[in-house]
Amino acid sequence: MLKLRIERGSAPVWFRAIIPVIAVLITFILVSALVIVAGASPLSAFFELLINPLTKTTARADILMMATPILLTGIAVTVAFAAGYYNIGAEGQLYAGGIAAAWVGTQLQTESSVLMIPLMLIAGFIAGMLWALLPAILKVRLQVDEVVTTLLLNSVMLFLVSALLNGPWRDPVSGWPQSPTILAAAQFPVLIPRSRVHLGAIVAVIVALVIWWVMSRTRFGIEVRAVGKNRDAARFLGIPVGNRILMAALISGGIAGLAGVSEVGGIHYYMTSTLSSNFGYIGVIVATLGALTVPGAILSALFLALVNRGAISASRELDVPVYLGDVIQAALLLVGLATLLLNRYRIRRIR
Amino acid sequence: MDSLILLFAAMLRISTPILFASLGETLVERAGVLNLGIEGTLLLSAFSGFVAAQFTGSLWLGLVAAVLTGIALSLLMGLLTVTFGLSQHVCGLGITLLASGVALFAFRLIYGGASTPPALETSFVTLDILPGTAFAPLFSQHWLTYISLLCVPLVHWLLYRTAFGLRLRAVGEQPEAADTAGINVYKMRYLALILGGAFMGLAGAFLSLAQLGAFSHGIINGRGWVAIAIVIFGNWLPYRVLAGALLFGGVQALQLRLQAEGVPLPYELLLALPYILTIVAIAFVGRNASYPAALLKPYRRE
Amino acid sequence: MPVLEMRGITKRFGALVANDQITFDIEAGEVHALLGENGAGKSTLMKILYGLYQPDEGEIHVQGQRVSLKSPADAIAQGIGFVSQHFALIPTFTVTENVILGHEKQPILQHAAMRRQVVETAEKLRFNIDPDAIVGHLSVGQQQRVEILKALYRGCRVLILDEPTAVLTPQDTEKLFSILVELQRQGLSVVIITHKLNEVFTISQRVTVLRLGKVVGREQTANTSQTELSQMMVGRQTIPVTRNTDHHSQNEIKLNVQNLTMADRSGAPRLRGLSLNVRAQEIVGVAGVAGNGQSELVSILTGMAQPQSGSAQVSGNVMPFGNPGALSQLKVARIPEDRLKGVIGDLSVADNLMLEQVGQFTRAGHLNRKQIREYAERLIRDFHIKAAPDDPARTLSGGNIQKIILARSLAQNPEVVIAAQPTRGLDIGATEYVHQKLLEQKQRGAAVLLISEDLDEILVLSDRVLVIFEGMIVGEFAANDADIDVLGALMTGASSEKVKTHA
Repeated sequence: MLKLRIERGSAPVWFRAIIPVIAVLITFILVSALVIVAGASPLSAFFELLINPLTKTTARADILMMATPILLTGIAVTVAFAAGYYNIGAEGQLYAGGIAAAWVGTQLQTESSVLMIPLMLIAGFIAGMLWALLPAILKVRLQVDEVVTTLLLNSVMLFLVSALLNGPWRDPVSGWPQSPTILAAAQFPVLIPRSRVHLGAIVAVIVALVIWWVMSRTRFGIEVRAVGKNRDAARFLGIPVGNRILMAALISGGIAGLAGVSEVGGIHYYMTSTLSSNFGYIGVIVATLGALTVPGAILSALFLALVNRGAISASRELDVPVYLGDVIQAALLLVGLATLLLNRYRIRRIR
Repeated sequence: MDSLILLFAAMLRISTPILFASLGETLVERAGVLNLGIEGTLLLSAFSGFVAAQFTGSLWLGLVAAVLTGIALSLLMGLLTVTFGLSQHVCGLGITLLASGVALFAFRLIYGGASTPPALETSFVTLDILPGTAFAPLFSQHWLTYISLLCVPLVHWLLYRTAFGLRLRAVGEQPEAADTAGINVYKMRYLALILGGAFMGLAGAFLSLAQLGAFSHGIINGRGWVAIAIVIFGNWLPYRVLAGALLFGGVQALQLRLQAEGVPLPYELLLALPYILTIVAIAFVGRNASYPAALLKPYRRE
Repeated sequence: MPVLEMRGITKRFGALVANDQITFDIEAGEVHALLGENGAGKSTLMKILYGLYQPDEGEIHVQGQRVSLKSPADAIAQGIGFVSQHFALIPTFTVTENVILGHEKQPILQHAAMRRQVVETAEKLRFNIDPDAIVGHLSVGQQQRVEILKALYRGCRVLILDEPTAVLTPQDTEKLFSILVELQRQGLSVVIITHKLNEVFTISQRVTVLRLGKVVGREQTANTSQTELSQMMVGRQTIPVTRNTDHHSQNEIKLNVQNLTMADRSGAPRLRGLSLNVRAQEIVGVAGVAGNGQSELVSILTGMAQPQSGSAQVSGNVMPFGNPGALSQLKVARIPEDRLKGVIGDLSVADNLMLEQVGQFTRAGHLNRKQIREYAERLIRDFHIKAAPDDPARTLSGGNIQKIILARSLAQNPEVVIAAQPTRGLDIGATEYVHQKLLEQKQRGAAVLLISEDLDEILVLSDRVLVIFEGMIVGEFAANDADIDVLGALMTGASSEKVKTHA
């Protein structure tokens, strides 16, 4: 008789390759329950979610637009997590970048986009870094756990934004709690006519490429990864562990700040307290599903954007609430993490 | 005098959900699990309680539904972090996003795109303890508020005066030692999660069934994160957690009052103060003795 | 009838047989010493008895009844108590809370009654303890007493102590032994795991010796001698020594270590003024039973820890402590005690080979991948590493991981080699390979410091042997003159006079 036993050990390579597929399948089976409750057929819902957006030019453009901020936050989280620094604060760092961008975009009196936009990006990067600085220093100097400090600073940032927008920055024209509109020179050019794909997408791709290069091709990158994988061994090899964690945390904050710049300059044209729809937290999903690699982050950002865009189609066509996209994203994260455990087991035949 | 009493009354009311949530998080963290799923758990509990109350017409069934929702999400957290040993912060965050997504999905499904939040016909009534005295407004609170205050000594008693509490603290401090003493670490962590989830359910229920009698997307508005901060601020001690919750409630009440009286003040900065205080407290205290030593660490034998 | 009996116990960890058909029994009211070198399988055997490990074969009988011990709870129920080397105490709890944890008897704690019980049990054993003291604030000796109280509170009839004196001061050791005598008088049985011969004679009535997972002897303590036991424990075999007989005493001193002292976190001294030197073209072996300061010495000399006092020079230059990066500049090759702390498993073989010298492969921050690959291919070839440059290091066998560490450090033509447990857990082929490489370094002119728990290895390789005991060098021999019995005795703490009379 054939007997099978599950034991610990590395799973075979072919199996590891299909784990993401398994995760997606399980997620969709689980989510089918909600689709059925909503009175739609799961098959048509999945068609709307995964296939339909790819068939239309406008929807394809929307996917790029929606992938932009979460690719940036995903890369930000990837850098930090790769160093073993659990930055949950991308949300706050994103807003810090947004504030800086809106400030430069309204204050700098120039009609040159070539001058304006780079300055917004630099200012946003620096602002994100500054907002990431305190928890990073606390971590490196005092071994204070970064998860809680970065998380709490997100809430502090929301109050700060609200104070700004209800106070000195309240739009004098509309009276809404939003900053004045940024100057024309500060508004990111649209890349594809009749779409909302903006310069931010290119910024995101460049950042992704640069980080991919830094992490895989530079001394700094390999040292950061060494620290993240095995802190003791990294120290043994003479790598300045504290410094590498600090740098990774700051770069992470800066990139999250760029996501804020991109949303202000490319989408809203003003600073608002609803600048981010959980982009900072979704960055954690993007990075985790991307297995903390840059190509993985690009793929998962595009996939999540597809699901989000698909959710809009599904809500239009099938009257399934658009929040289905949020549910799928979160479920993918949890199911994805759980299925990664399958990596650690193999099935062996016993005679 | 009167306005001061009204201020204190508002403080108690505003503190209630935060107190429930913080007590729940205290129990869970004391067992070694940081439940960042709290924010989403509060939202989905508030929602399920509200829906159940509206459809059955019974506030009590609503309360039960909210508590069961809190427990169910905590069990999911247990499955992922205790049984599977996955990263607590990523899973907690995932549960918050999942629960929020489900709540908003179901809200849209049931109530459509309603812009005005639906309200219950009745909500939990207030209980007047000292009617006719000067203190009447202070003691005219929802019964859940009184319960939340009673839960403080109860949780303290549970943690420090019972075998259950001793074991719960042991698995959060040194699970290896607890295991050697014959305690089932996994079981204790699940029990802590269940209890904590029930408290989170009560917090959600208070908001939608008592304080507001209604549901809206922003009903939780970061209260879960507040609870995380208060637990640290309160050093994982129930009475200090109470102090933290009252401080938060007090600052909120003061802020509302100042706003209502039109005092020009960046009240958001006042609201951010407790968070900043917590970060300062963590920085100064670091990983002191009261930090559950096994927090964030999955337990595996061998 | 023995109180407790273990029959034919076998336990494997992968390819390693930690316990091989072990039979062991305990009589009522005896103190039974379980003697053996580190890795002989003593702790594994006792962990099986306490339900922490499950045996692959064999039976356990308590009072003649066969029992199955699936967890510590089962063992406790059978009257077995265990005091591990690493105390299973919760530092933030009080003494009373620690004692009753898991055996609270009522759901609601009766603090006054519990406190009284703790004090009474302590008094029965003639010591005092504050039942309300926070355990983390107690001395190590007091914490150990709390562990004993815990076991008694759970109604143990057999108490197992795993190397109980390893962490104690002489005063605390004396106190512990008087408690054990008191326990024995009350009819309890005690198993004491140790590698110190004098303890065997001070406290036990019977002794069982383990070596490489097997029982090699069981005696009434009164009928045996220190010499006999240390021979059993260390094993007696003739070792073919083929060593060149160069005289090294004239060579330049390349590694000079003076007066290192270091204490662990609880303040217990681990190194007490340790000094040694190694000359060019010389291998100096440091022999000793685990836990006598070797790990501390290694972590200081590999840059991972700082001593409280003392100094070290490499070829006349001051060695900076706690700065691992500076050591490769000084041409110190380091083979760490735990090889998994020397490589980064998730990075590739090529990356692991170059990381220590990453500066040589970097231009303006950019890694020269081609150069790295060529370097890796060369080292893989030269050191016979069975792997491709791109394989993740964690997929390699222990022997090949060790080869990565050797290749990385030895390819730099070091002046000094610090080799800590270089062949631990390796198979014979890999072990021979490592030995050959260390001998090559010596021929090249490097000074090699070999720290190993494997006495045979030390005797095969070293020109000079130092014996470390309780953080000091207690003996020095030219390898040709080393008598294994004398070494064994020094390693286990027998005083040098006793050694001489026996030798």
